[in-house]
Amino acid sequence: MAQVHDHSELFPEVMPPEPEKATLEGKNKFFGIWFFLGGETVLFASLFGVYLALKNSTAGGPSSQELFGLGLVFIMTMLLLTSSLTSVYAMYHMRNNDFKKMYLWLGITGLLGIGFLACEIYEFAHYITDYGFTFRSSAFGSAFYALVGFHGGHVLFGICWLTTLLIRNAKRGLNLYNAPKFNTFSIYWHFIDVVWVFIFSVVYLMGKVG
Amino acid sequence: MTDTKVNNMSKESFRRQKSREEMQKQLISFGLMIVLTLVAFAVVAMDTFHKGFVIPFLFLMAIVQAGFQFYYFMHLKERGTGMAALLIYGGVWAAFLTLAGLIVISWW
Repeated sequence: MAQVHDHSELFPEVMPPEPEKATLEGKNKFFGIWFFLGGETVLFASLFGVYLALKNSTAGGPSSQELFGLGLVFIMTMLLLTSSLTSVYAMYHMRNNDFKKMYLWLGITGLLGIGFLACEIYEFAHYITDYGFTFRSSAFGSAFYALVGFHGGHVLFGICWLTTLLIRNAKRGLNLYNAPKFNTFSIYWHFIDVVWVFIFSVVYLMGKVG
Repeated sequence: MTDTKVNNMSKESFRRQKSREEMQKQLISFGLMIVLTLVAFAVVAMDTFHKGFVIPFLFLMAIVQAGFQFYYFMHLKERGTGMAALLIYGGVWAAFLTLAGLIVISWW
């Protein structure tokens, strides 16, 4: 016999104070994303460890002091840090059940992420064309592009995730089914910024110091 | 208007008030993170300090900023996030061991 599914509990008249954790699905997503990020921490630590071990193995190629420019890195840091704040704004409006403002701030978050990615693509292109510094140049090159590129890949994935969420839920309005989805993305996005804080400190700033 | 409805409304306005206060704290932590970033960049750009000071200092700045992200932006200071904290600190512990291992074998 076919079962009749009743989803009315997902569309309450009054939204609960924490719509992202009001359902079992929401609680599971919250648990799941933190579990995933715990693993991601170890993965990025491995890449950082490899970078620290190989950063001076330049094989006669350009060193980190010659390559890095602080100006562009500072702009990228500001873009990503601001996008972290705009996604906090988005979650603030989600908890106030304001769908439109949440969408607006999530949209701004995505645009700032794209800005960051554009800077990174420019940066890599600059290293490759002006310095001939590639993934294959040296152990330093491999470790650098693996670490920073992997982070950039996470930003790209985040932008694709956000775009999909925004398109798929555009006509649905906020409910207990999609609130956890937006919140899960937001936590992921903050984590990407945490990783970037360590990249600009350990790779770029310490790279300038030597 | 019934009593329960009035009660619900005052509860809602109380929650919104709390939420606004929380937003202010998040804005302050954003400001502090900007300051920490500026200080870190400035220390390197000035090029006057010794390497032995700059590198641990940069580590410290990064860790403080990560703390702001975790507790204020990712809401880890809210109630019912113990399991999330356990998971991420488990990850941080394994990350520390990984880093320590890789650094020690490459320095020896």
